[in-house]
Amino acid sequence: MVGDNGAGKSTLLRVVAGLSQPSRGSVRLLGGRNARQVAHLIGYMGHAPLLYDELDGMENLRYFAGLYGIADDAVCREAMHRIGLDSTLERRVGQYSQGMRQRLSLARAGLHDPQLMLLDEPFSNVDTHSASYMAGVLGRLRDRGKTIFVVTHQAGLVEHVADEFVHMAEGRIVSRESAKRVSASVAADAGGAG
Amino acid sequence: MSIKVMRATLLKDLRMEWRSKDAINSMLFFSLLVVVIFSFAFNPTAEQSRLIAGGLIWVAFLFAAVVALNQTWARELSNQVLDAYRVSPAPANALFLAKVLGNFLFVIVLEGLMAPLFVVFYQLRSVGPVWQLILIALFGTWALVVNGTFFAALSIRTRNREIMLPLILFPISIPALLAMVDSTTAILTGESVPDFWIKLLAVYDVVFTSVCLLLFESVLNAE
Repeated sequence: MVGDNGAGKSTLLRVVAGLSQPSRGSVRLLGGRNARQVAHLIGYMGHAPLLYDELDGMENLRYFAGLYGIADDAVCREAMHRIGLDSTLERRVGQYSQGMRQRLSLARAGLHDPQLMLLDEPFSNVDTHSASYMAGVLGRLRDRGKTIFVVTHQAGLVEHVADEFVHMAEGRIVSRESAKRVSASVAADAGGAG
Repeated sequence: MSIKVMRATLLKDLRMEWRSKDAINSMLFFSLLVVVIFSFAFNPTAEQSRLIAGGLIWVAFLFAAVVALNQTWARELSNQVLDAYRVSPAPANALFLAKVLGNFLFVIVLEGLMAPLFVVFYQLRSVGPVWQLILIALFGTWALVVNGTFFAALSIRTRNREIMLPLILFPISIPALLAMVDSTTAILTGESVPDFWIKLLAVYDVVFTSVCLLLFESVLNAE
């Protein structure tokens, strides 16, 4: 989901996640009448990291796993491993780099193996290495049959992972294109710039 | 699942408070100031102390509790962590009760630490039964924190939430505060029986806990 600032991308994501109410209409999601009914099937990663700065990575994941009824520590360790973080790291999240925070935030969103992942600017303020790593993780999740809904300004990072690009402007969807067309356009832009 | 979520949230809050000591340090410092300043300002005799101590103690704890109550949701607002809770299937009331229990523990610990200082500075001794004082402390503290936690949640999206909380909390706490002050004074002076006030506190606790539990989900999901 791409578009200029203020286009309504994050608002749409929050409405789908059940965090905001639509001013008109309704949202039906995964067979449920609202997000609350299917909360266990949805993973949400906000623009902010949604993590406690005073706790370390594993403590954060343990707490959020508990909200989904997951008591097994191995699930949290596996989630840390999947996004390339060390589960034995005792450093508090407040001392993490932005890239590490975003990765941990992605791990938190996917902790309960949701069917649908809603990610708001997952690559914002993240270094190129972390961003590529996260895009790779998203690709693997997609290959496992997960639906991933990404709001981003960095479309180039997901061009090899995304199936479809949706453009928004002034609160409306203005166009939808397949990832192949976008890739070709990005390549043409890069060629022109070079 | 509710009990597990409540326990996990409570332990998480206690761990975070243990590391930062933000709330407990502020509450202790504030209460200590009240004890010392009022003691020197009035320099009361033992007889006068017994008459005013009930009011002094509870007003000090009420103001100190506001410090902890304001901190309660501040941690959830930082990094918008509350959104992570809202999108999860965890029940809203588990979060509320965990927060209330956490605040209850902080204020009870504060009361336990400050009570000996009040006794020393104001030359207090109990004429009535001490177990009733303990009962008043438990019921009274619950009354303060259950409403305080609820109204702190209600005011988290306002710009001046530190000011909003006492503005909403104090008027609604007046019946409980009156019961706490009068029953404590009754026990310290031995001039009356505090049974009515203790029963009133118990009823107040049941009513306000029920109302807060009923309304909290709406408050949590309000925009």
